[in-house]
Amino acid sequence: MKYDIVLAGVGGQGILTIAYLLDNAAVNKGLRFKQAEVHGMAQRGGAVYSHMRISDEEIISDLIPEGRADMILSVEPLEVQRYLAFLAPEGVVVSNNQTFVNIPDYPDEEAVIDAVLALPNAVLFNARAIAMAHKAPRAQNVATVGAATPFLPFSVEDFEPIIRGLFEKKGEKVVETNLAVLRDAHNAGMFYKKLLDLGVANSTIYCLVRKLVVTSYNPELAPAFAEVLKATPEKATAYLCALEEPVSCDQELVQKLS
Amino acid sequence: MAKRELLLGDEAVALAALHSGISGAYAYPGTPSTELFEFIERQQKKYSVHAKWSANEKVAYEEALGMSYAGKRTIVSMKHVGLNVAADPFMNSGVTGVNGGMVVFIADDPGMHSSQNEQDSRYYAHFNLIPCLEPANQQEAYDMTRLGLELSEEHKVPVMIRVTTRLAHSRADVVTAEPKAQNGIKKVPRGGSFTLLPVNARQLYKKVTEKQPTLKKLAEDSPYNELVLEGKDNKVGIISTGIAHNYVREALGGTIDVPHLRISHYPVPMEKVRQLVDAVDEVRIVEEGAPYVEEMLRGIVAPAGKLIRGKLDGFLPRTGELTPTVVANAMELNPEKRWGATIDPLPKRPPALCPGCPHIDTYKAINEATSAYAQPTVTSDIGCYTLGFYPPLNAIETCVDMGASISMASGAVHAGLFPVLCTIGDSTFAHSGMTGLLGAVRENNNMVVMILDNGTVAMTGTQETMATGDELVNLVKGLGVHPEHVRLMDPLAKNHEASVQLIREEIEYEGLSVIISRRACIQMKRR
Repeated sequence: MKYDIVLAGVGGQGILTIAYLLDNAAVNKGLRFKQAEVHGMAQRGGAVYSHMRISDEEIISDLIPEGRADMILSVEPLEVQRYLAFLAPEGVVVSNNQTFVNIPDYPDEEAVIDAVLALPNAVLFNARAIAMAHKAPRAQNVATVGAATPFLPFSVEDFEPIIRGLFEKKGEKVVETNLAVLRDAHNAGMFYKKLLDLGVANSTIYCLVRKLVVTSYNPELAPAFAEVLKATPEKATAYLCALEEPVSCDQELVQKLS
Repeated sequence: MAKRELLLGDEAVALAALHSGISGAYAYPGTPSTELFEFIERQQKKYSVHAKWSANEKVAYEEALGMSYAGKRTIVSMKHVGLNVAADPFMNSGVTGVNGGMVVFIADDPGMHSSQNEQDSRYYAHFNLIPCLEPANQQEAYDMTRLGLELSEEHKVPVMIRVTTRLAHSRADVVTAEPKAQNGIKKVPRGGSFTLLPVNARQLYKKVTEKQPTLKKLAEDSPYNELVLEGKDNKVGIISTGIAHNYVREALGGTIDVPHLRISHYPVPMEKVRQLVDAVDEVRIVEEGAPYVEEMLRGIVAPAGKLIRGKLDGFLPRTGELTPTVVANAMELNPEKRWGATIDPLPKRPPALCPGCPHIDTYKAINEATSAYAQPTVTSDIGCYTLGFYPPLNAIETCVDMGASISMASGAVHAGLFPVLCTIGDSTFAHSGMTGLLGAVRENNNMVVMILDNGTVAMTGTQETMATGDELVNLVKGLGVHPEHVRLMDPLAKNHEASVQLIREEIEYEGLSVIISRRACIQMKRR
């Protein structure tokens, strides 16, 4: 087993915290890992990345060769673009959909999202919304890990003791909040993954998930949603586009879409 | 008891030094070396070692040498360009040798992630006739540091540990060994071995050269210089050094199936190199940094009948950092690549000053104050404020080495430029700016030195600074700057007009002015 991840983001967005969670998950499972980071000048608001390699055998290079990464995990959608050469032909992209605009020539934001959706195995989630639903803006990193979990060689349960250890000093409430963010984000990632696996077009999935209450993603309903989204995609997306408020991810919505 | 720990390459070296019984660690912050000292600083109570940042790398090196002189073990750490600052004690400690074991840890930065150049410190070790160990992974960083301190103490030479950014800043698990107790005091006896008067130095330098066969033999026999002559054929052989060895293995799928020599313990094991070259028709040399081994092998008269491939014939790029992909490309062993950026052009996202950074307001004031002049000159230095180069500020025009802003400004004044300003941070000023300012005072050069006092070494992660606040004002006055022209500025947007006025007044004053623009780093305020 080997799993190579390129972590991407902008200096200050906390990708080293994400790396910390992944490192410790690997060690707790008795796996080998190597994780190359970027420190120094680039951390001041510039593009930053980390190469994270997990394996049950010897890991030779600290850097991932191009064309070999199993995942690009990004906390910013434009940053996905910078590392696509590393992605394996069947690799997945899991990215936050919240843009971070700190450069004058940032492209059109819709084009940035569309570029991610054009990849066959791409999952977009809203780390900010999931964290804010629990009134924990700083939990966006935990949300990012949660959304990636369905693809990783780790389960949600694997991260729980690590999150507990990381936030224990701040009290039980902070621990519980972060664990709730982790689980909601995991459901978001899993719901998305199942719809992709069931052959729903990515742009249709994205149209759906961004209209859902972020604490309500229910992966078990994915087959029912997949059926209606594939049968009458135009009707479903028209209905979703007209929604002004987020709606719950439930059986009622499936019926409304069909 | 062996323990497993998650460590950066820098931290693996730090822990090995602590486990080898060092009594003190010395350093000045510099990416990618900083984390070594920070690790020791966090553990200084547990291991009862001295750990306090030094004013600059030269001071750090000399402090370490004093610790070694007393008979105790020590480590001094710095980035590659820091060794230029410490080159004087470094080269001369090659002649004195050491007493207690002393490891010189140098983190090179090929690819210039956070540096001005790509100099390869192996040349320095060679120049100084000392051993250099170049670990390829975190475990070796630990093991080789322990070996280095033993070698140093046994053979009475400083030993260099050379890493590059990738190992310095990459984390993996490391198995540690039993810690060793610190040495007691066992001073060098009086008698001249550390007094480099010519009469002593001539004797000592001869001894250094006499020691070389022993150091060469150690490298020749080192397990870190592994020669394998068997292979699928004898057409191509590979020499790989340090971390580059990993990239060769990665490109070849884990196992090198041709004759090869891995070099991680210098001086270069010449006999092993000869054996490899004899065995094959073509030698490919893969090394991270400069073509150091390659140049030696090519020499002036290349080995007859052998094709040598490396960075000097374009087999590998001459500049930049190696990666598994670069090495695989050279060997035409690339995996399938399917994806690439679809947003074209993909905008760069360079580092930037943080929102709310005091340097932004300082630069806005400088820009406006100098806009009235036809040809203003603003030299600068090394730190966060170097980012004032980027748009929209476009505020500075030089960044060469620590302290150069002040001395270059003096030279520009001598040449006849006006107005001349320079920007330097509080820590860089303490590191190497003071001596330049002393020269400017003596000649009363007509220029404005702006010291941007944010109270910390910000770029490398907010380490403690040597002189800030009133200490800094006193220091500047003590160097002889006229007290009326040592001015304080508060870089805030609401004070913009006053700041511009202040800078204009000092530009118009015919003589040397120092303006201390003082406001705490925004990263410090957030804590």
